Amino acid sequence: MSKLSVNVWRGREQGAFSAYEVPRQDSQTVLDVVTHIQRFLEPSLGYRFACRVGMCGSCAMTVNGKARWTCRTHVSQVLDSQGRLEIAPLSNLPIVKDLVTDMSGFFDKWARAKGHFKGTATRHQDFQRVEPASPQRVAASAGIECIGCGVCHASCDVVGWRPEFLGPAALNRAWTLVNDVRDIQQSDRLRAVAGDAGCHSCHTQGSCSERCPKHLTPTLSIAGLKRTVAKAAVRGEL
Amino acid sequence: MVLAVCVLVHLAVMIYAVRGGLSAAEILGRTRGSWSFAAFYSVFVLACAVHVPVGVTNIAQEWWGMGERSAAWLARAFAVVLLLAGLRAVYAVVAS
Repeated sequence: MSKLSVNVWRGREQGAFSAYEVPRQDSQTVLDVVTHIQRFLEPSLGYRFACRVGMCGSCAMTVNGKARWTCRTHVSQVLDSQGRLEIAPLSNLPIVKDLVTDMSGFFDKWARAKGHFKGTATRHQDFQRVEPASPQRVAASAGIECIGCGVCHASCDVVGWRPEFLGPAALNRAWTLVNDVRDIQQSDRLRAVAGDAGCHSCHTQGSCSERCPKHLTPTLSIAGLKRTVAKAAVRGEL
Repeated sequence: MVLAVCVLVHLAVMIYAVRGGLSAAEILGRTRGSWSFAAFYSVFVLACAVHVPVGVTNIAQEWWGMGERSAAWLARAFAVVLLLAGLRAVYAVVAS
């Protein structure tokens, strides 16, 4: 049975990597490795997971420098040239303990970008008809599958450089709502995503779109927001 | 947009001057007393002074960790430097 050397972050912002040796197995995921460490080697290790099948996004961590879902990351895919594995918490968020981050800031940005729906229809009215093939609905549907895992936010250098930047997930969600014809908060939303903390700080780095485990493209969504905000500004609507 | 046009015109002027093999004295001979030259290049300097602070503010905040207010002041100061240096240069080749 061959062994795998793993470095795992222990502590908070102040801390260090601890080394562990786990049995190397076929079809082993990084989440398998972390679970083995916590069960058999280090019971005090803090980490998050839930579904362990690539649906919930809870297990997102930094693996060899890149944010990934650990349950969907085979060890064989990410070992560096020396066969080492380094596991750290998600970047750009406060660390609660070891591999667990405080995601409340991430969701606060979602709210600040007006990433929530507000309509006028009630249960007493018929469904509002939205044409699925309309360009707006296609644009909204392209970004709607976000489950808020934080991988894009962790991958964005601008979030690291400018902490108040709303970030790819919040802006992507805002874009889906900008394209939702039923929503009535459009002016407030455009104002919320304009400005330095909003879409205009995006440098089109693209790491968000490259690493999104659901293959969404926040870069394109933010580009759409830039266009929409610019048009509204020129028309004096902002 | 103004800046983009200015840059293109300036590129054309430079290519013309270099390709034409104009010496410094010949160039100065053409710029001295030329109000159109002065007007165009003053607009160019103004456009730069407006355009540059936007980017410098972002760089100051994102790379040098400056706060929003201090980054804005640094950018404004740099814009003033650009304005003074640029207009001085225009004056030098047109009026002196």
